[in-house]
Amino acid sequence: MSTLQNEALIRVEDLKVYYLVKGGIINHTVGHTKAVDGVSFSIMEGEILGLVGESGCGKSTIGRQLVGLERPTAGKIFFEGRDLSLLKKGQMQKIRTQLQMVFQDPYSSLNPRRHIYEILSQPMLYHGISTRETVEKDMVRILDMVGLSRNVLGRYPHEFSGGQRQRIGIARALSLNPRFIVCDEPVSALDVSIQAQILNLLRSLQKELNLTLLFVGHGLGAVNYVSDRIAVMYLGKIVETGPAREIFRHPAHPYTRALIEAVPVPDPQEKEKERKLLEGEIGDSNHPPAGCRFHPRCPFAQAGCAQKEPALVEICEGSGHYTACPVTGADKEEQGIGEIHC
Amino acid sequence: MKRNEEKKRRDIVSESYLQTIGRRFMHHHLAVVSLVVVALLAGAALLAPVIAPYNPDDIVGPFSGAPSGEFWLGTDQIGRDVLSRLLYAMRISLLVGVMATLISTVIGVVLGLIAGYFGGVADMAIMRFTDMVMSFPYILLVLVAAAVFKPGLWNIILILGFVDWPGIARLVRGNVLNLRETNFVKGNIVAGMPLRHILFSEILPNTVAPILVYATSVLALSMLDEAALSFLGLGVQPPTASLGNMLNGAQSLTVLTKQPWLWIPAGLLIVILVMAINFIGDALRDALDPGSRR
Repeated sequence: MSTLQNEALIRVEDLKVYYLVKGGIINHTVGHTKAVDGVSFSIMEGEILGLVGESGCGKSTIGRQLVGLERPTAGKIFFEGRDLSLLKKGQMQKIRTQLQMVFQDPYSSLNPRRHIYEILSQPMLYHGISTRETVEKDMVRILDMVGLSRNVLGRYPHEFSGGQRQRIGIARALSLNPRFIVCDEPVSALDVSIQAQILNLLRSLQKELNLTLLFVGHGLGAVNYVSDRIAVMYLGKIVETGPAREIFRHPAHPYTRALIEAVPVPDPQEKEKERKLLEGEIGDSNHPPAGCRFHPRCPFAQAGCAQKEPALVEICEGSGHYTACPVTGADKEEQGIGEIHC
Repeated sequence: MKRNEEKKRRDIVSESYLQTIGRRFMHHHLAVVSLVVVALLAGAALLAPVIAPYNPDDIVGPFSGAPSGEFWLGTDQIGRDVLSRLLYAMRISLLVGVMATLISTVIGVVLGLIAGYFGGVADMAIMRFTDMVMSFPYILLVLVAAAVFKPGLWNIILILGFVDWPGIARLVRGNVLNLRETNFVKGNIVAGMPLRHILFSEILPNTVAPILVYATSVLALSMLDEAALSFLGLGVQPPTASLGNMLNGAQSLTVLTKQPWLWIPAGLLIVILVMAINFIGDALRDALDPGSRR
């Protein structure tokens, strides 16, 4: 990963996002919620990075950070090598259009009082991406890309289904010619039958426009389907990252393993097989467990796990597959949970 | 045939927001009647110079004359035509109500937007100030203002305008707090839209409905307040007629018992106007509620 740093479109270095917890009579700060606690990764141009983890692990926070909706507590975010936090307001405004976002809930992501024409045209006109004369043509072209016809323009958001609204949300993100799009759980609010359509749409648009995507999701199924590379998060930390196929086939971290176990299998025979599902709740991000944050729920936890916080270590030289679990492959094999290949 | 159906379907789907509101409003028959009543009264008030039979300030008949063919609603203690005065009084009362509501709505919306969107210190300062104004007895304010300035039409408008805004400010702030967190506002931030666009084109239109509903009750209230203050002699000063100071005469027991034409019409008009405006507000609340999909 580090060898490719100079080519990365997005690079995140030791990102920390703490939210203040206020309380008491005088409403003073009584603690921090460590939503993201020291996360580093990079995304290459034209790559789709999938970010997975259960609710509350900080994955959406990272998404909001990358599009500049929130400021980091510590750490740096580089876009094309420029540190976003050092940019002046005017410079940020120019970069803004290149970093777009598709939201989770398509029902609240469009202003109910404006018709699609206004929703799509205003940002394009404001940024000078289109002119009054060409804007309609441009909008029709983008709508065509997301599989909608021109007669949606005169309608209001409430006249559309969830899938159609998500298409409009994607069209809005695309309209500013972005280079990077954060897809924050773009399908989790949609019907299952629609999810695949939207996922396919995102994939094909990514190829067509050579976009770079961060795909945030909580299930490995959908994320694996679209992503080139996957990063698995647990309680504000990345616990495993690597090529999507590698992660899915040879998960090295017990948490990743549990996520894969949780993907529903559409084979009735498989039901017989006992699935090891994770027990317990995600820990408290105000007071994360000492050592490895996953150890209270980990079936392989050893004595050392509660003391030392494990670092991300590459499993095999050059594989790009990193894990933050010091329990060696041999130990895991002993307990009968698959093997680690190089 | 098929094309016809298609057209019909399109007509249903593309019913505009205003049409939907209009249709829902029509379900409230009382509100529709109220709207007609208010429109008629407001029209009569506006056209007072044309339709009033006499000059409201001129002495044209006997003192305290009972209603007759010449003076439909009689004459007052000094011989002015009650009907003419009533028409002009309605003008003044509506003017006070509308202007006071406008002023308080503008103040409330601006402060509410700032407090809700920026939060932090601005929110804190504005909301504490709002609490202060809310807890201040406005009669006292009016008494002081009347002592310092001369009581009169514009003073009463300004005073009522500066007293009624806290409710609107709170309402707007609450709405803005919600809207600020919605994805469409965030989407606009991500799209790099300027603050004025986000505040006035994205957030404000989504709070217009509750503001409108609240404003109708402010309108009714400030008309009542004007009547009360003028009745006490602190509001609109004679000879200018307002519905409140026309009731002034009813402070005397003789008038109250023997000359009902001097106070019943003015009192009745206040009741009718305030009730009608409140009915309209109720219907608006239902019609504008995005939750109901009738």
